[in-house]
Amino acid sequence: MTGTSAALFVAVFLACAVEAVEAVTIVLAAGTARDWRSAGLGVGSGLVVLAAVVAALGPALTAIPLGALRLVVGGLLLVFGLQWLRKAVLRYSGHKDLHDEDAIFQRELAAARTAHAERRFAVDDWYAYTLSFKGVVLEGLEVAFIAITFGSNQHDVPLAALAAGCAVLLVAAVGFAVRAPLARVPENTLKFVVGVMLTGFGIFWGAEGADAHWPGDDAALLAIVPLVALFALGLVALLRRTAPPRGSAAASVPALQLEQP
Amino acid sequence: MIDRLRAFGAFWYDFVIGDDWRVAAVVATALAVTFAVSKTSIPAWWILPAAVAVVLPWSLWQARRR
Repeated sequence: MTGTSAALFVAVFLACAVEAVEAVTIVLAAGTARDWRSAGLGVGSGLVVLAAVVAALGPALTAIPLGALRLVVGGLLLVFGLQWLRKAVLRYSGHKDLHDEDAIFQRELAAARTAHAERRFAVDDWYAYTLSFKGVVLEGLEVAFIAITFGSNQHDVPLAALAAGCAVLLVAAVGFAVRAPLARVPENTLKFVVGVMLTGFGIFWGAEGADAHWPGDDAALLAIVPLVALFALGLVALLRRTAPPRGSAAASVPALQLEQP
Repeated sequence: MIDRLRAFGAFWYDFVIGDDWRVAAVVATALAVTFAVSKTSIPAWWILPAAVAVVLPWSLWQARRR
């Protein structure tokens, strides 16, 4: 496996794992508080919708000329990556609360417990069904987008699909084995890393799509990603100096690794 | 119907543009400038990294002031 293939696998795996953790949290809340069968039907329906989107979008993307694809996808990835990185830097510098999967699970659980049960079509609990369905489709759309676009751009859709599949299966298996939110997954750190990788790939593909030529060709990617990471860490250090006092936001977080063991 | 269309538009705006429209605007502008400069003899690869180096701190500064 070449360096860029390894970077592709890692980027898709981590991005998809983060999205999968969020989807699993929603499905677990729907199943735990309401009805597992209805939540399961929601997951199944969501996966059918996602499969249809991938089946339609995948071949369409491969028909687009590579230059145009890299321009559009590079631009979108760069926008996504910068948004992720922006939130991650704000979280680690103490200007925004850390993403807490346990708290999100408790919120979803409380909301699910107060909703009325309603039977529609063959579904016993329509609320549990729609909650799971929306969670799977919304988070899954991002997984599908990342896997298809990364794979198309690097001419290796099977590798990207493998990385996405491994991430989703691993997270789903662990989530349903423990039947609890995956609060021990260092999700905030993962989001920081994914933001760096999306931004790095976005810079590389966006510039190539706009007809620029990188010094060192594909090897430039292996320099861009670490430089983006260093830049973001520098911004964290800079912003931490003006963080709000302890207790408001997450000013007490001293280092990237300290959120969850 | 209008509410559904509005919700559909809001979903895609949130999905693509996100919290800060300035980021998307700077990225689109930087891509256009890269394309224009690539047609000259001047190297164009540095424009997107430079745009990121400007827009990320700018966006963070705006978020911190809110």
